[in-house]
Amino acid sequence: MTELAHLVPLLTVLVLAVFVGFEVISKVPTTLHTPLMSATNAIHGIVLIGAIVIVARLFGVDHGPALVGLSVAAVTLGAINVFGGFAVTERMLQMFRRKDDRK
Amino acid sequence: MISTNVAIDLADIVAFALFIYGLHELNSPATARRGNRFAMAGMAIAIAGILIRTGAAGWPAVAAGVGLGALVGIYAALKVKMTAMPQMVALYNGAGGGAAALISTVQFLIAARTGGLDNVVAVSLVLSAIIGAVSFAGSIIAFLKLQELMTGRPVTYAGQQVVNGIVLLAILLLGAWVIATLGALPAWGYLAMLGCALLLGVLFVLPIGGADMPVVISLLNSFTGVAVAITGFEIDSTLLIICGALVGASGTILTVAMSRAMNRPLTNVLFGAFGSAGGTEVATASGAPQQIRSTSADDVGVMLAYASKVIFVPGYGMAVAQAQHSVKALADQLEKRGVKVLYAIHPVAGRMPGHMNVLLAEANVPYNQLLDMEDANPEFPTADVALVIGANDVTNPAARNVASSPIYGMPILDVDKAGNVVVLKRSMRSGFAGIENPLYEMPNCSMLFGDAKASVDALTAAVKAL
Repeated sequence: MTELAHLVPLLTVLVLAVFVGFEVISKVPTTLHTPLMSATNAIHGIVLIGAIVIVARLFGVDHGPALVGLSVAAVTLGAINVFGGFAVTERMLQMFRRKDDRK
Repeated sequence: MISTNVAIDLADIVAFALFIYGLHELNSPATARRGNRFAMAGMAIAIAGILIRTGAAGWPAVAAGVGLGALVGIYAALKVKMTAMPQMVALYNGAGGGAAALISTVQFLIAARTGGLDNVVAVSLVLSAIIGAVSFAGSIIAFLKLQELMTGRPVTYAGQQVVNGIVLLAILLLGAWVIATLGALPAWGYLAMLGCALLLGVLFVLPIGGADMPVVISLLNSFTGVAVAITGFEIDSTLLIICGALVGASGTILTVAMSRAMNRPLTNVLFGAFGSAGGTEVATASGAPQQIRSTSADDVGVMLAYASKVIFVPGYGMAVAQAQHSVKALADQLEKRGVKVLYAIHPVAGRMPGHMNVLLAEANVPYNQLLDMEDANPEFPTADVALVIGANDVTNPAARNVASSPIYGMPILDVDKAGNVVVLKRSMRSGFAGIENPLYEMPNCSMLFGDAKASVDALTAAVKAL
């Protein structure tokens, strides 16, 4: 039962975040939809946090090389999301200009 | 005195506030870059926080993974061509889903050695493994299709839905087994579930064709968000829950917007295998060759140069021919002569949401010249020329008035209402949907055949020569 009691605040956060997400994202104009997708790629790179937690847990128990390999792969994929996502978003966004801000 | 852990919790709040504010700043191209920087700052805070919290346990493994990931990610981000953006986003979606599935797998294997999962962790572990694996495998197939390493046509076979149904059932049964035993089952049970989820990812993207990719990419984006949010329950992290929910919402909004722009329910995109189902083609291919007028670059050049308003309508053909810079050069020539140039962009032009906008931005087209469908359509009746560059189905007037047409009801760009329509096309081959476009037979329409880039360059030369 304790686990379920613990679940309630997490579910509260989830529901609120879903509504905030719909509010915020629905205001993004169509012209920025590609950068929006790459930015959300970077943001779901937060999974990197989960991968780092899992590595830490792994090093607290008896582990073999296979588990280390899997967790390093998870860290790598998360880092690709974070670094690649932000970098490519930055690269795209600097191309968007109004007529008057060109020199 | 606050403890370190509380301090990190507070830092996490700053991090997610920065993510939300960063996404908010994406509401205008003028502030979007700042928004991206806010999100970066949020990520830096979140990563620093978790490293302090875990005491950087297993840091060599973390450093190796982050180093490798940063190298690959940044290299790819700097090298990728803007035309290849859909493939890149597909791979990034896959990476996030794959990471979520791997985290669950490692978690499961640790529990197998140390005894048991609690029920919340068991349920979330199973769900994030399944959704993450579907997203990973589906994204790889989407990437292969977009990169043209495999056919972009729908891959269909008899009994497809039945096979998918059986695989889904197997996943659910195996997942229930993992949950019921709280992880105390032979490892093959879990691995079989994971394998079936990967298989389902492959099977569900296979029958979806190239032009439906904007929907699929958006959907996979939302799957990855959901997988990450559920991973948050698994490792007890509100940060993952919030970020996953934001991404899930974003992917869902885009998926709905894309399906709506095609006037097709999502289920039809996913299970309909558009253009391959016999019925739709029979209904449209009349067999008789269309009566069309072919024109020359010089004639179109004159028409453009003496127009007062010209609207460019780019489509996937422009991306394939890498013609965006040539298009901008033509626009510059016309503007020099006092012609007003606008760009009309259909929501599903290209292979992902906003694809055309990024290509034109790359070519230095100011974003205030780019009109979305709602703003573009009122402009066509007063335009002298609509220049269609590698777009087809999104200009098909049959969508308005031919009830038997498979694209009937799909919102289109009203190019036929312009004074003149010039269609740049490689050949008379029909568009993705395999439907004839009655636009080409209209008296105000003429065709300029050839590669989009070569044709646009020829037009620029013709205008310059006047």
